[in-house]
Amino acid sequence: MASEDEKAVAFDAEAAKSTVMELRSTFGSGKTKSYDWRVSQLKNILKLTDDHEKDIIDALRSDLAKPELESFVHEIALIKSSCNFALKELHRWMMPEKAKTSLTTFPSSAEIVSEPLGVILVISAWNYPFLLSLDPVIGAIAAGNAVVLKPSEVAPSSSSLLAKYLGEYMDCSAVKVVEGSVPETSALLEQKWDKIFYTGNGKVGRIVLAAAAKHLTPVALELGGKSPVVVDSNINLKVATRRIISGKWGCNNGQACISPDYIITTKDYAPTLVDSLKLELKKFYGEDPLKSEDLSRIVNLGHFGRLTNLLGDSKVSDKIVYGGQKDKPNLKIAPTILLDVPEDSLIMNEEIFGPLLPIITVDKLEDSFDIINSRPKPLAAYLFTNNKKLKQEFVSRISAGGVVTNDTTLHLTLQSLPFGGVGESGIGAYHGKFSFDAFSHKKAVLHRSFAADAPARYPPYTPGKLRLLKALLNGSIFGIIRALFGWS
Amino acid sequence: MEGVKKDLEGELEELRETYNCGKTKEETWRRSQLKALLNLLKEKEDDIFKALKQDLGKHQAEAYRDEIGTLVKSVDYALANLKKWMSSKKAGLPLAVFPSTAELVPEPLGLVLIISSWNLPFGLSIEPLIGAIAAGNVVVIKPSELAPACASILATSIHTYLDNRGVKVIQGGISVGQQLLQHKWDKIFFTGSAHVGRIVLSAAIKHLTPVTLELGGKCPAVVDSLSSTWDKEIAAKRIISAKFGTCAGQACIGIDYILAEKRFTSNLVELLKLYTKKMFGENPKETNSIARIINKTNFLRLKNLLEEPMVKTSIVHGGSLDEDNLFIEPTILVDPPLNSTLMTEEIFGPLLPIITVDKIEESIDFIKSRPKALAIYAFTCNETLKGRLISETSSGSVTFNDTIVQYAADSLPFGGVGGSGFGRYHGKFSFDTFTHEKAVLKRIDLLFDIWFRYPPWNDKKLMLLKSAYKFDYLGLLLKALGLKKS
Repeated sequence: MASEDEKAVAFDAEAAKSTVMELRSTFGSGKTKSYDWRVSQLKNILKLTDDHEKDIIDALRSDLAKPELESFVHEIALIKSSCNFALKELHRWMMPEKAKTSLTTFPSSAEIVSEPLGVILVISAWNYPFLLSLDPVIGAIAAGNAVVLKPSEVAPSSSSLLAKYLGEYMDCSAVKVVEGSVPETSALLEQKWDKIFYTGNGKVGRIVLAAAAKHLTPVALELGGKSPVVVDSNINLKVATRRIISGKWGCNNGQACISPDYIITTKDYAPTLVDSLKLELKKFYGEDPLKSEDLSRIVNLGHFGRLTNLLGDSKVSDKIVYGGQKDKPNLKIAPTILLDVPEDSLIMNEEIFGPLLPIITVDKLEDSFDIINSRPKPLAAYLFTNNKKLKQEFVSRISAGGVVTNDTTLHLTLQSLPFGGVGESGIGAYHGKFSFDAFSHKKAVLHRSFAADAPARYPPYTPGKLRLLKALLNGSIFGIIRALFGWS
Repeated sequence: MEGVKKDLEGELEELRETYNCGKTKEETWRRSQLKALLNLLKEKEDDIFKALKQDLGKHQAEAYRDEIGTLVKSVDYALANLKKWMSSKKAGLPLAVFPSTAELVPEPLGLVLIISSWNLPFGLSIEPLIGAIAAGNVVVIKPSELAPACASILATSIHTYLDNRGVKVIQGGISVGQQLLQHKWDKIFFTGSAHVGRIVLSAAIKHLTPVTLELGGKCPAVVDSLSSTWDKEIAAKRIISAKFGTCAGQACIGIDYILAEKRFTSNLVELLKLYTKKMFGENPKETNSIARIINKTNFLRLKNLLEEPMVKTSIVHGGSLDEDNLFIEPTILVDPPLNSTLMTEEIFGPLLPIITVDKIEESIDFIKSRPKALAIYAFTCNETLKGRLISETSSGSVTFNDTIVQYAADSLPFGGVGGSGFGRYHGKFSFDTFTHEKAVLKRIDLLFDIWFRYPPWNDKKLMLLKSAYKFDYLGLLLKALGLKKS
C-alpha cells in the first residue's frame, strides 16, 4: 500500500518512461501472448466485476448519481458480456486465417497471423467510466498486449476503484492503471506506445494524435458528435417516444456519445411528438424530475455551466416547451425540450451532452437528410419510421458511425457490430472481434517452395520471358501454355 | 503561387461536388473507372515503359513484372469482386434484441489523397487508386516529383482515360505537397519515408483525417545453411533478383541485409557472385537490366554509406560507382560494423551486407532487437526455425523461400507495423482501407417492446433485466409471470 508520501510524488515523464519500460520487458518475455495468460486476465476482470458489483454501483452513484439500473445494464452487464464473448471466441480469434493463393504465386500456401501490437495506452472518459475503461482493456488483453489504463479524473471514485481493484486482481507486470489529470496524461503521451485508444472529445483527440505522430503510433479515437433522430409521423408513437427518452435521458441523462442529440420532424407532426414526449417523461420521471432518483446528475460545475450557457441565449430559452428547471447545488438539470431553436445557435452547433433536446422542424421529412449531411458526421444517426423506402434512403445517404432505425443506442450492446465513428466522430472501431482486431497486427505469411521456379522472373530479360510474365500475372492457364510454347 | 492555390481550391471543390452528387457511389461508375484503368494500362504500356526507363533506367521486363503486370492483375481482381465487396454483410444478433436485423454497410469515405513514392511510381499510385475507386471515393493522386516523366505520363493518361471530375493527378514538389496537406481530406494514403510520414500525420490532425502509412525499414533475409544444390541456387537467384533486380534495391520490400551462418557464408557469397554475373553480365552497367539510382542526392547518400570506416574493407564484390550515370555496381559486403550507417538506416540501394552468426537461430534475437521491418524473408527447410520466426518476430509480413512475391498476392494484406507503418492494402484490403464500415441496426417493428426497459426503476425491473442479460430466457419468463423469485 503506497504511503501518503509516495502518493504525493507526481507521475512525471520519468515515471511514465519506467512504466513503459517495465511493460515492454513483460511483453518481450512473451508472457502476454499465451492463451492461458489472456484467459486468466479476462476471468479476473469478470471476477472483479462480480465481487465488487456493489462498489462499482456506489462509485457511479458518487461520481454521476447514476441510477443503479443504468449502472448495471449499461456498464456492469456490458463488461461481463464483453469478457464472456472474448473468452468464448478467443481460441478462434487467435488462430491464423488461411488465405487463398492464386496461380501468380503457385505453388504456395498463405495465412494471416494475428499478433499483439505490444504496449497499449487506453485513455477513457468520465461518463461510462467502467465500460469505457474496461472494454478496450478487454480487447487489448484478448489480443495479447500489455496495457496502461488512464481513467478519467472527472469521475474520481470510479478512477480510484479501477486503480485499486485492477491492481489487486490483474497481473501488474502487464496491466497498470495510472490515475491523474493533464500532467499525468501528458507524461504518458510523451512515451512511445504501440497503439493509443482514446475515448473522449475532439479537442483532446487532436492532442493525442499529435503526440502519437512523433512515434508513428496508430490511434483509435472514439469521439462524439450531434447524433440526430429523424421522426416520421406514421409510427407507433408511444414506443418510439419511450425509446427516444430511454436513449436520451435514460443514458446518463444525455451525457453519452450516442445519445440522441436533437430531433428532426415535420412541422405538422411536431406538436404530437412534443405532447407524447411530455406524457411519457412525466410517467418516467414524475412531476418534479429534479427529485427523481432515476436520472443521473450533471457530472460537474464546469459542464453544468456549459449547459446553462447553451440555454443562455434568449432566442434559445424562448423555445423551451418543457422542463428547463435547474438545481445548481445538486448539479441537476431537468429533461428539457426545445422547439425550433435557430440553426445557428450554439445549442445546434456543439454536441449537447446533457438533458436538453432541441426539435427542429422541416416541411418534408426528406429535407432532414440535407440538414444532417451538411454537418460533421455523427457517431450515430436514428430514424423512426415505417416507410421502407425512407429507411433505405436514410441508410444509404446518411454517413455516421452507426445507424439505428426504430430505436436508439442499442447497437452499442451488440458484439457483432463494429462500434466507432467516421470523420469528426472518430477513427477505428471496436466491440466483439473488432476489439481483438483493433489491438492486433495481421501479419501476412507466405510459404513458398524451392520446387517450381519461373525463369521468366530473372534477367537476362528476353521478349519470351516478358510474354510469359504477362501470362503468369494474368493468371491465365492458356496464356501460360501459349507463352511456354512460344505461341503468343 | 496564388494562382496555383486558387486552381487547387477549384479542383478540390469540383471533386467534392462530384462526390456529393452521388455518382461515384454507383457500381456503374466504379466499374467504368476500373475498366478505364485496364485500357490505360494496356494502351499506354509503351509510354509507361519509356517513362520508367527515363526516370529510373528500369528494364521493360522489370517494369511489367513489378508495376504494369501486377496492376492489371489487381484491376481484374477488383472488377471480379466489386459486387461482393460493395454488398452489405449480415451480422449476428442475440435474442435480446429480437426482432431486428443488423448489417455492416460499406460506404466510401469521400475525398481521398494518395501520395506515392518514386521507386514504383505507377504501381504505388495506381494500386491504392484501384481500392479508392472500388470503394466509391473521389481521388487526388500526388505522384513523386523525383520521377517526373512518370508523373507526367500518369497525369496525362489518367486525365485522358478516367473521369476528371472524380479522379485527378496533381503534380508538383514539396510546396504543392504542403498545400495539399492543408486541406480537409477524408483519408490520406501515404507511401514513402518515415520522415515525411510524420509530416503527413501532423497535417492530418486538424481534420481528424484517418491515415495509412506504407513506410519501409531494414528487411532482413535469414539464409539458413541449405544442403541441396538446387535449393541453394534458387535461394541465390531469388535474393539477387529481390535486391539488384528490383529497382536496384530501391524498394520498400527489397532485401536490405542478409543473416547467414559463418560456415555457410563463403559458399553463399560465391553463389551470389555467380548469379549476379549470370543475370546482369560481367559488366552490369552495359546490360541495361539494372535500374539506376534515382538522383544525385541518393547516389551520394549511398556513396557515403560505403565510405565509412571499415565498411569499404568489408566489400567482397562490386563497389564501383559511376556518378555521371548514377550507377552503382551490385555490391556485396560481409560483416560491416553493426553501428555503421549502412547497418542502422534503410539502405535503399544495391548494397547487400551479409551479417554472419554462429547459429542461424541467433538471427531471431538480432531481428527482434531492431525496429519492425515491412518484410522478413527466410530461406530454410527447418520447420522449427520457420515457426519461431513467425511467432517470435514481428513485421509487416513474413515470406519463406522467396522474395517480393507477397506483393502480388491479392489475399494477403500488404502493410507495415511499428516503424514500417500502419494500415494495409491489396485485394479486398484496398477496398476496406478506403471504406467506412457502417453498423446498421433495424428494429423490425414497433409493436413488440420490453416494458422493463424503462424507468421508473424498481427491484423487479432490475431482476428481469439481469435475467435478460444472462440470456436466461426461461428464468425471465418465469420471473415475469411471477412464478419464480430471484
